[in-house]
Formats: sequence, structure tokens, C-alpha cells
Amino acid sequence: MELELIENLLFSSLRAGIPLLLCGLGVMITEKSGVLNLGQEGMMLISAVISFIVAYNSGNLAVAVLCGALAGCAASLLFAFVTLGLRANQVASGLALTILGTGLSSFLGINYLGEAVESIPTLDIPFLTNLPLLGKVIFGQDYLVYLTLVLTLIFWRLCFHSRFGLMLHALGENPGIANKLGISVIPLRLLAVSIGGLLAGLAGAYLSLSYTPVWTEGISAGRGWIALALVVFAGWRMGPLVFGAFLFGFTSVLNLLLQSFNWSVSANVLAMLPYTLTIAVLVAMNIRSTRAGSARDLLSPRSLGQIYIPEK
Amino acid sequence: MHLHQRTEPSRLMAYLSPLIAVALTLLCGAFLFHFLGLPADSVLIDFFISPLRDIYGVSELLLKASPLIICAAGLCLCYRANIWNIGAEGQFVIGALIAGAVALQFNNPDQLTDRALGLPMAILGGCLGGAAWAGIAALLRIRFNCNEILTTIMLNYIAINALMWAVQGPLKDPMGFSFPESALFADHLFLPVLHSDYRTNIALFFGLISLGALWVMFAKTMQGFQVSTLGESKRAASYAGFKTNRLTLIALCGCGLLAGLAGAAEVTGTVGQVTPYIPQGYGYSAIIVVFLGRLHPAGILFAALLMALTFLGGENLQIEYGLPKSISLLFQGMLLFFLLVTNTLISNRLVFQTHQALAN
Repeated sequence: MELELIENLLFSSLRAGIPLLLCGLGVMITEKSGVLNLGQEGMMLISAVISFIVAYNSGNLAVAVLCGALAGCAASLLFAFVTLGLRANQVASGLALTILGTGLSSFLGINYLGEAVESIPTLDIPFLTNLPLLGKVIFGQDYLVYLTLVLTLIFWRLCFHSRFGLMLHALGENPGIANKLGISVIPLRLLAVSIGGLLAGLAGAYLSLSYTPVWTEGISAGRGWIALALVVFAGWRMGPLVFGAFLFGFTSVLNLLLQSFNWSVSANVLAMLPYTLTIAVLVAMNIRSTRAGSARDLLSPRSLGQIYIPEK
Repeated sequence: MHLHQRTEPSRLMAYLSPLIAVALTLLCGAFLFHFLGLPADSVLIDFFISPLRDIYGVSELLLKASPLIICAAGLCLCYRANIWNIGAEGQFVIGALIAGAVALQFNNPDQLTDRALGLPMAILGGCLGGAAWAGIAALLRIRFNCNEILTTIMLNYIAINALMWAVQGPLKDPMGFSFPESALFADHLFLPVLHSDYRTNIALFFGLISLGALWVMFAKTMQGFQVSTLGESKRAASYAGFKTNRLTLIALCGCGLLAGLAGAAEVTGTVGQVTPYIPQGYGYSAIIVVFLGRLHPAGILFAALLMALTFLGGENLQIEYGLPKSISLLFQGMLLFFLLVTNTLISNRLVFQTHQALAN
């Protein structure tokens, strides 16, 4: 195989993995606090359409990305109001958010179908871009990709090597005891959910401003759901999440590889791959934890999805 | 103002909350139209009342409601068992795809066997296809403990891609000017209509029968009781010696069978060929129907009619005001959200307290 092809594959895999990584980070931090937000797909779609509209009308990409992130955050606050404020079922509320987001995004985006915006510019980092093989892959990307990589490092530290991370962990395991230890359950969960919304919002903005800067309905194509599955696959740990995101990125750019071998496979069959892989990793995850002699549930935050009612 | 948990769920609120949710959705919709610079009252009338002005409108409503009723009956079975099947859409699509593929094998109107067997075989194929598709999720749940929400969603995406692949490959009409569509079905492959002036077909009866069967199952049979017990508490069901794996399989495959039936009825009822436009989101809307109908057959019937009205009304607004059709989805999403909000009042009471009362 030619070097150029490998370089192209890695470059595209990284780009395809970015929205999954961003959204996955958000899912991780939300679920660590014990809240299950299935509305990722909806938040991503809302923010994708908002950031696209802002970029189209103002031409200012930085503002567009910011608006997208805030839109995702606003959507997550709606979810938080219903689940944390009104103690509604989290699964149903997440589904509601996804249905609402799907409707809202195609409603708002109807006049922009097929329109294009200028995509987020790339930033070649001097000298490093010229490194062989990985130079262009890592140091020849656009601003949002760099931001994602930096955010990953920040959240890695925040979730697993900080006091905040410990509080979050305690909250996810047992909110009752966490409360007795002086952690205020609802505000901290609210914070986690809104950070999750912000990150899903960034993922949406990335999709419509960088990955495919042409507006199409259902632009997220199930990536929110794949991100949810990725976090299960990662066992709520950071390393496997990053690895998983780029593994999925790789499967969605496999057509590049097949083209180079002149294998013709129907585009629709290729499009099934990420979804099939998602099911496969869920199965693999289970087989592994059964072998290790523990139920899969041991890996998940123990209070995940449960409604918290404060004691009197 | 804060929430105070009731000692017992309120029966009154259980009935009232869907109605309040509908009212809030309409109110919110009125604000939305006002914000868009449209006359809110007349738009709402064109959305929810005009489609029902004449018998033709009502017949169209029943036509749209039929697949929703059938899918919702299936989903209700799963939700009563506390199995979060989101896959009715995919099961619907596979049902339609298999039914279409089978129907095309019997597409010769001159042959007696084709005329006699075509439609029943197509419907049967659709049912089995849907059941098998749901069976995958059941197997993954039982054997590998995979979360059924995620697997059924993934199966939806796979099903839709399978449909796209089929209409561009094996099922594509060779005489179809390279449109990604199958050949048109011959007349004998269409579901019988109830009256020759209207499009409503016997899929409506399939829906009513499914609801009846659902009611009988949960009100009268041991199997229904076992499924409900599984839904209430998996541990209790295991202690009682119920075969929980078998119940999971029954609930999921039962839902798949019905969703597949709905898909088969759609393709042999209104569409008459396999096209990429078969997925209309009925499988997702049916989820809202079940919640709005409080997991009860009678409730589901009313909720399905309301949901069908949002589809019809959306089309009406598209014609009258040039609003996008997705307005239906937007209203459905709002409705589900408001329903979740008002459901809070079933198990909680709103308590208004002054600062003084708090201080005491």
C-alpha cells in the first residue's frame, strides 16, 4: 500500500472520529454523574442546524461554533429541567429530546437544504505538518479538531485525576451517600448534563461546519447513538473511548480503502458498517466482562438512569 | 413551589395529564405560529380541524392511523414488559421490504396461484421479516445482555440502508428508467379497500384486531400477567418461576411481527411498490402514541388518531402556508415533552409554600 493512501486513511479516520469523540466525552461526563441522556442525537441535530444558519447568514465561523455549542447546552437544559427538576423518566425524556431535535432541525433547516457554507479553515502547524506520515494527520487539521484534542486532555484530567472527578464518581455510584458527604446532587448533575450538552453541541457544529459543510436533513446519521454505545464499549474509561471513536471513524471511511483496491461494494452496504460494528462491540464488551467474572453493570455508574428523590 | 411525592399515584391526574399535555402543545404551537408571523388561530384550525371537514378527510385519517395503531400495539407489549424497543421503525421497514420482495414474485395477474396466494404470502412474509428483525435484538438481549435501546436503534439504521440497497439492486425495476424503485404491484396484490371512493383499507381492521388481542392478553391470559410482572420487577418474575428469557423473546418478536405487518400493509396498501420513501417515521411516532395512550389499548386508539392528525395537518399546512412537513415531527416532539412534564403530577404534588411557611 502506498504511503499516501495510509496517510489519507488516517487523516480521514481522525476527522470522522471527531464528532464521536466530542459527543462521547459529553456522554461520559453526563453518565459519570448518574444521568442517562439519550437525547444526544437531538442535541447534535439542533446545534448542527443552528450553527449552520448562523454561519450562513453571518459568515462568522467562530460565532457559529459558539452558537452551536450553546444551542446544544440549551437543549440539554430542557432535558435537565424535565428529568432533574420534575423527576421524569430519563429514557423517555431522552427519546423525546431526540424526536424534538429531529423535528426542530428539519423545520429550521428547510430553507437551507443543499446550501453550503465555507468550512472551518485548517491550520497547518509550521514544521510539524511536514513530518512524515503523521505530520499532516495530526498537525494539518482544522481548528475544531485541535480544540477537540485539547478538550479530550482537559476532560481526561478533570474526570479521572481531580477532586471534581471524584465527586462526580461518588454521585454516579450513590447519590444518597454523596449527598451525606456534602455534595449537592442536583446542581452537580445539572452541571454534568449541561457540559454534555455543550460537547454534543460542538459535535453538531463540527458536522455542519467542517465535516460536511452542506446542509442535509438528519446530518448526524445516528452518531449520537453510536457515541452512547461507545461509552458502554469503553466501560466509562477515557483511553478506550478515544480508541473507539477513531476505530469508528476508520470504518466510516473504509470506502477510500476499497476504492484503492478497485473493489466495488454498494455504498448502502458500506453505510451499514458503523451500525453493525456498534452491535458487535456491545457483544464483545459483554463477552469480555462475563469472562472476567463480573456483570457488565459493574462497570457502569451504579445509579445510572435512576431518579433521585432527596431524603427528608 | 416544589414537588412533594404523593403517597399514592393520582388516578385523576393519570387521565388528565395527556389532555393537559395536548393543551400545552397547542398553546406552544400558537406561540410558534405567531412568532412566524402567521395568524395563529387559523393555522391551528387548518392543522387540527380542516383535515377532518369531510368524510374523505376522516378516511385519510383512518388510513394514516392504521400503521400507527398496529406498531403501537406491538410497542405496548414491549413497554409493559419494560423492554425499551425503539426498533419498530426498522421492523416496519424490513416488513415492508420482505412483503414487497415476496409480492413481486407473485406479480403475474394471469396466473391463478399468483392471484390467490400473492397477498397472503406477502403479508405473512412481512410479519415474519419484522419478527425476525426484532428477534435479533431479543437474542442480543438474552444471550449477550446487550442494551436493547442501542441495538434496536442500530438495527433501524441497518434496515433503512438495506431498503436503499434493495431498491437500487435486486428489487430495482429493470423498466424503471433507473429510478431506485421496484416494479409496480399488479392490482391483486393491493389490500382490499373498505369503500371504493376512499383509500382506507383493511389495515384498519388489522390495527383494531391487534388492539383487541392486546387487551385480551393483558386482561385475561397468564402470558399477559407474566409479561406485566416482568415489567414491574424482573426479580419478582424470576422468583415466581416465569421464564424471563422466553417472555423477552415473546414481547420483542410479537412487536416485530406487528410492526412487520404494518410495513407489509403499507407497501401493499397505499404505496404499491418498494420505494426509498417507505420509512415515514411511523415506528418512532408509535412510541409517542403508546406513552400518550398510557399503555392501554383504548388510550392507544385515541392517541393514534391524534398522531395521525398531526401527520395530516402537517401536510395541510405545507399546502396552505408552505410550512415544512417536519412541523408534524416538531409537534409530536413537543407533545411527548409536555406529556413527561405533566406526568410528574401523577406521582407528585405541586406544593406552593410561602417563605413564612418554610421558616416554620
